[in-house]
Amino acid sequence: MAWTAAVALIVAVVVAVALLMSDRRETFQSEAYGVTRQVGDAVAAPVSGALAAPGRWTGLGMENIRDYLFAVSENRKLKAELKEARQWRDVAIALRDTNDRYKSLLGLKTEPPIPMVAARTVSDSRGPFANTRLANAGIEKNIQPGNPVMSESGLVGRIIGVTRGASRILLLTDIASRTPVMIDRTNARAILTGDGGPNPKLEYLRGKEPVKQGDRVLTSGDGGVLPRGLPVGVAVKGLDGRWRVILASDAAPIDFVRILLFQDFSQLEKAQKEELDKMPPPPPSGPVEGVGAPPTPGALPAKPPTTFTATTVTPPKPAPARPTTPKPAPPKPKPAVKPAPPPPPAAVTPAPTAIAPAEVPF
Amino acid sequence: MSLSAARPLDPWRWLGFPMLQCLGWTLLFGIPLRVFGLQLPEPVFCMVPAFAWAVIRPSIMAPFGVLLMGLILDIFWGSPVGLWALSLLTAYGVVLLSRNWMVGQSRPMMWAWFAAACAIASLAGFLFTRLDARASPSLIAVAWQFLATILLYPFAHRLIDRFEDADVRFR
Repeated sequence: MAWTAAVALIVAVVVAVALLMSDRRETFQSEAYGVTRQVGDAVAAPVSGALAAPGRWTGLGMENIRDYLFAVSENRKLKAELKEARQWRDVAIALRDTNDRYKSLLGLKTEPPIPMVAARTVSDSRGPFANTRLANAGIEKNIQPGNPVMSESGLVGRIIGVTRGASRILLLTDIASRTPVMIDRTNARAILTGDGGPNPKLEYLRGKEPVKQGDRVLTSGDGGVLPRGLPVGVAVKGLDGRWRVILASDAAPIDFVRILLFQDFSQLEKAQKEELDKMPPPPPSGPVEGVGAPPTPGALPAKPPTTFTATTVTPPKPAPARPTTPKPAPPKPKPAVKPAPPPPPAAVTPAPTAIAPAEVPF
Repeated sequence: MSLSAARPLDPWRWLGFPMLQCLGWTLLFGIPLRVFGLQLPEPVFCMVPAFAWAVIRPSIMAPFGVLLMGLILDIFWGSPVGLWALSLLTAYGVVLLSRNWMVGQSRPMMWAWFAAACAIASLAGFLFTRLDARASPSLIAVAWQFLATILLYPFAHRLIDRFEDADVRFR
């Protein structure tokens, strides 16, 4: 009896080793995720969703009670915030206006909108060997492996597996997670490496003092896996002496997430081309064209995005409050308003190829 | 000795039902819930049957039960498939080998053995992850999960108490 049990144990161990060696969960290939996992996720998502519902309702109930009890103090706090936000709104509108003018003058490519999908996380794995979440939106919403995932506060991770009705998010804290990031202040590059703990490490930092305590960390866009400029967190020195990041997404519970349908930069270029094709043809060239009119189709002022774009949710520092009113149309260059003398032809018509892709602020 | 004493145990009672219970608890603790801003712990509920089955009796079906539990854990938690299966089987194998020393010992001693089995499973998980991901998992995170898991020994004790003497051939 004992030896048969031993044989069974050895067989089971061999099966487990074979499965472990053949696993490739962190790759971007949807085939690597495997049918077993897809079926497991498809089953687990609704079950976990149903199990999580009472907790969610309890949380909402508690929130309502708290709102009722602390309504007065909350109201005071919000009034103060609103006052401050109005000032920021004015600054933001002025800066946007300036920015649009610069873009128009330089002929910079505008940021194409990245469509996104909202989803709710229904299960959460937070052990040392796996940090993943299951979201209740899947392949039917065009989600694909590699799509970045954001909470209301910052980057959460990326999609590693998709099935109908569910998608698996690999969190930034997972040991298999590697994310190219940059320090906002110095533009220094690093790789954010998860280790199963709450604060992932900053590795491969180069340069002299590239990072300081409290520096903001953003995605760098290097490698084309993620768009540039998504907020990741704040740099801190860990107890082990290594630079780590307090994730921005930890500021609030990650119950709702936004999945950016971003694949790579070629997708952005294609979207940009399609958007430009939709634009009305430029007016026939006249004597006043060179004064302030956009020289190339790419230099046309950006239309306000009709969809909710990733760029609208990733404000640069300091994060100004978004105005509740729709984005005013960028100022159309009018020759009468800008009587500047026409610049030399080379400056008027910059070649689009002169703009390096890395300079496009995705 | 009555015939019923020598009758083999019903696999559903000592293997199937505890396995389902553990997987149910795992599912429940996997919901994204925060209590006073803190997340729920993530103990390895499947360590309870993996330890208890090895102590109760050697069996042909138990290793496959452990394998199945581990694979379901891996799929549910999103870890590499086979990681928890192999870690649990390692702990199960060590407990099975040490079974003769454990049987009949006091509750605190058995708790200590359970902690040792959990440590073996955690260590195995640490090493396999290191090999698989070529990076070291956070020792603090491993320690938290280990501490949360060893608190589950009373459930293992109950399972052992219930089935250890159910078949006199394995006394």
